[in-house]
Amino acid sequence: MTATVLRKTGEWLPALVVFVVVVGLWEGLVRALHVQQFLLPKPSTIVSVFWTERHSLWPAGWYTFKEALGGFAIGSVAGIVAATVVGRFQTAGKALMPIFIAANAVPIIAFAPIFGAWFNPISPHSKMAVAAVLCFLPVMVNTLRGLQSASPRQIELMRSYAASEFQIWRRVRVPTSLPFVFTALKVASVLAMIGAIVGEYFGGALNALGVLINTDAGVFRFDEAWAGILIASILGIALYSAVATAERIVLRWSPETRGS
Amino acid sequence: MSSTAAATLPGRRIIPAPIAAALGRAALVVAVLVAMVGFWELYHWIWTSTGWSWPFVVNDTSMPHVWTIVKAFEQPAQVNQPALITVLLHKTLFTAKEAAAGFAVGAVIGFALGAVLVHSRLLQRGLLPYIVGSQTVPILAIAPMVVVWVNPKLPGPLQGWGAVAVIATYLTFFPVAINTLRGLQSADPRAIELMRTYAASRWAVLWKLRFPASLPYVFSALRLAATASVVGAIIGELPTGLQDGLGGAIINFNQYYSIEPQELWATNVIAALLGIVFFVIVVLAEKLIVRRAPERIR
Amino acid sequence: MSAASVVRLEGVTKTFPHGNVTALEGIDLELTEGEFVSLIGPSGCGKSTLLRVVGDLVEPTRGAISVNGKSARQAREDGDYGIVFQSAVLFDWRTVAKNIALPLEMLGWDRERRRARVEEMLELVELTAFADHHPWQLSGGMQQRVAIARALAFEPALLLMDEPFGALDEMTRERMNLELLSLWEKTGNTVIFVTHSISEAVFLSTRVVVMSPRPGRIAGMVDIDLPTPRTAETRETARFFELVTEVRELLRSRGEHLLPEEEAVLE
Repeated sequence: MTATVLRKTGEWLPALVVFVVVVGLWEGLVRALHVQQFLLPKPSTIVSVFWTERHSLWPAGWYTFKEALGGFAIGSVAGIVAATVVGRFQTAGKALMPIFIAANAVPIIAFAPIFGAWFNPISPHSKMAVAAVLCFLPVMVNTLRGLQSASPRQIELMRSYAASEFQIWRRVRVPTSLPFVFTALKVASVLAMIGAIVGEYFGGALNALGVLINTDAGVFRFDEAWAGILIASILGIALYSAVATAERIVLRWSPETRGS
Repeated sequence: MSSTAAATLPGRRIIPAPIAAALGRAALVVAVLVAMVGFWELYHWIWTSTGWSWPFVVNDTSMPHVWTIVKAFEQPAQVNQPALITVLLHKTLFTAKEAAAGFAVGAVIGFALGAVLVHSRLLQRGLLPYIVGSQTVPILAIAPMVVVWVNPKLPGPLQGWGAVAVIATYLTFFPVAINTLRGLQSADPRAIELMRTYAASRWAVLWKLRFPASLPYVFSALRLAATASVVGAIIGELPTGLQDGLGGAIINFNQYYSIEPQELWATNVIAALLGIVFFVIVVLAEKLIVRRAPERIR
Repeated sequence: MSAASVVRLEGVTKTFPHGNVTALEGIDLELTEGEFVSLIGPSGCGKSTLLRVVGDLVEPTRGAISVNGKSARQAREDGDYGIVFQSAVLFDWRTVAKNIALPLEMLGWDRERRRARVEEMLELVELTAFADHHPWQLSGGMQQRVAIARALAFEPALLLMDEPFGALDEMTRERMNLELLSLWEKTGNTVIFVTHSISEAVFLSTRVVVMSPRPGRIAGMVDIDLPTPRTAETRETARFFELVTEVRELLRSRGEHLLPEEEAVLE
C-alpha cells in the first residue's frame, strides 16, 4: 500500500518541483533584473490580477470556453461520423487517406475571417466554426486509421463465426479504434481552445477572452493580458484533462492507459 | 505499398510500378479537386435557389464562384499594382521564410529536447507536463510581447520576420520533441543490451541505435511540424502588423471582404497551398532518406 | 462405429494470382470422425492454406470440398468448426470469460446458457481463477488455452488449429500437447492440426499428412499407431522414434526449399 503511494507521488513530484523552481526563479529574476513589466510580469502580480479581475476575466474565459467546447463537440462528432462512413468502403478509405493527411496541412486559421463573414464576426458561432474545422480533420484521420487497425487474424476469426460486416464492425473495428479516437480527441481538445481564441482576434463579443486579452494588450494593461492568457491555458488544460480522464475510464482494459 | 508487378496498358508498353502509382495518386488528387469544385458550385446553386439561410446565407459575397476566385489571381488588387498572384507570391515567400526558419530551429530544439529527455525518466516526469502545457498557451496572445522582446535582439536584416519565426518555432518544437522522445524510446531493449556488451558509450547507442529506430516517428513529427510552422508563421504575423506576409494580406483583404470577397479567398487558397507544399516537401524528403526502411510506424 | 466422413477434399487446387503461385494442387484428402490429423511440411507447402480452404476462409480455384456433409461455406455459416491461430487473437477489451463467450454471443445464446458454458470451459482448461483477467495479464500459454476454450465453447464437430503452440517455448509446448490430448479425449472432435514440428505431429495425431511445396501437394501419409492415452513417456518409446524417423524421411525425400517470394505468398 505504501509502495503504491510512494510510487504515485514519485510520478508527479518532479513536475511539482519543476513548477516551484521555475516560478521561484521567475519571480526572483524579474525582480532582480528589473524586467519590464509588460514583457514578463512577476507571477505574483499575475496571480493577484487573476483574482482581482475575476469578475471580467472568469466570465470571459467561460464564454470562450463554451465556443471551444461547442466547436470541439461538433468537429469531433463530424470527424467520427465521416470516418465511419468512409471506413465502410475499405478501398476508398485507404486510397483517400493520403489526401486527408495532406488536407490536414492546410492552415485553417487563415479561414477564420471568412467564418467571421459567414456567421457574423461578433457571434460565437464563427469561433465555434473555426474550432470545429480545426478538430474535424485530426479526429477523422485518426478514427479512420483506428477503424482500419484490426488485424487480419481478428477478421478471420469473426469470419469463422459467419459474422456479418456489421457484426465485425461492431465487435472488432469499433473497440480497436477507440485508442486512436481518444488520441485524436486529446489533440483536438487543445486545438479547440486555441482556435476559439485565435478566431476572436478577427472579431468577437467584448466579453470574450481573446478579445479581452487583445484589448488589454492594446491599452498596455499587460498584467491583465497575462492573467487572461493564464486562464486560457488553464481552460485548455482542463478540457484536455477531461478527455484524458474519459480515456482512462473507457479504455480501462488497455495496458497502456494503466501504465501511464 | 508498391507491388512488384508492373502495370500494363493496352498495347505493349509497360510502365514501371512506382510511376504508375504516382500517376494514379495524381489522378486521384485531380478527381478530388474537381469533386470539391463541383460540390462548391452545387451548394452555391442550391442554397441561392432555395434561399435557405442555415448554416449561413449564401450569395456571391459569402461564396464567390470558383471562376471568380481564379480570375482574381490575374488582376491587380489595387490600382497600379501588379497582378494579385504576383503580390501573393511575394507574400508567400516572405511567410515561407519565417515558416522555414521556425521549422528548422523548432526541429533542432525538438530533437535536442527529445534526445535529452530519453536519458532521464526523472526529467521526463518533471518537464513533460509543461512541454504539453506550453501548447495550451495561445501564442497569438503572447505574440506582441514576443515581438517587442525579440526584435531588438536580432540583427538588422532579421528583424520583423525573425520574431515571427520565433513564434513558428514555438509551435514546431512541441510535436518534434514528443515524437522524437517516443521514437528514441522505441529502440528494442535487447538491441540496447547488445550495444552495452560492446561497451558502447551513450553517444554510440544514441547515434547507431536509437536514432535510426526513431526515424519513422521523427518524420511523422516533421510532417506535423511542417504544418505547425506555417500556421505559426501566419498567426505570428497577425498581431505584429507585418504587411509583407500572408497574414498581413489576410487582414487587409478581410477589410475589403464585403466588396471584393474573392481576394481573401484567393489568399486563403495560396495559404492552403503553402501548407500543403511544406508538407509534401517533408514527405518527399522522407521517401528519399528512409528509402530502405521496411516499416512505417505512425 | 460407422466412420463418418467429416471432411472430404477432391482435387482441390488453389492458385494465388499475385505472383502466380500454386499453393495447392490436386489435394485429395478424407477425414473420418474423431481423427486427429496433422499437416506437416516445409514453409510454404500450403498447409495453412489447406486449413483455410476447409474453413472457407480461402476459396479454392478448383476442386470439391465437403465439410460435415455440406459445402465449406455452409459449414462455416452453421458454425461447424472452431479455429485456433498461432497467436491467441483474444480481444484485449474483453475479460477472459467474455472472450470465451464471444462465439456463443454470435450464435445468440442467452445469458444464463452462456455463463454456464463459459464456466465449464474455464474448468476444462483450468483457468477458472482468471475469468475476470484481461488477456495481457496472462502468459502466452495461458492465452492459447483461452483461445482453445473459445474454439471448443460451442462444441463444434471440427477443430482447425494453425500452429497454435508455435510461439511457445519447448517445455510449455510439450505440456500444452498433453493438455490438448486430454481435452480431445473428452470432447471427441475431429482435429486438423498444422505444425512445423515433427515430434509434435507424431505425438498428437492418429495420422500425419506430409506435404511438399512448389506446388503444394500431399507427399504421403503416416498412420500413427501409438497407444492411447499418450503420456510424456510415450515420447521416449522406440515406436515413437521409428514414426518420427518415418515422417522425417518422407519430408526429406519430397520436400524442397521454396523461393522467398513464394514463401511470402503462401504463408
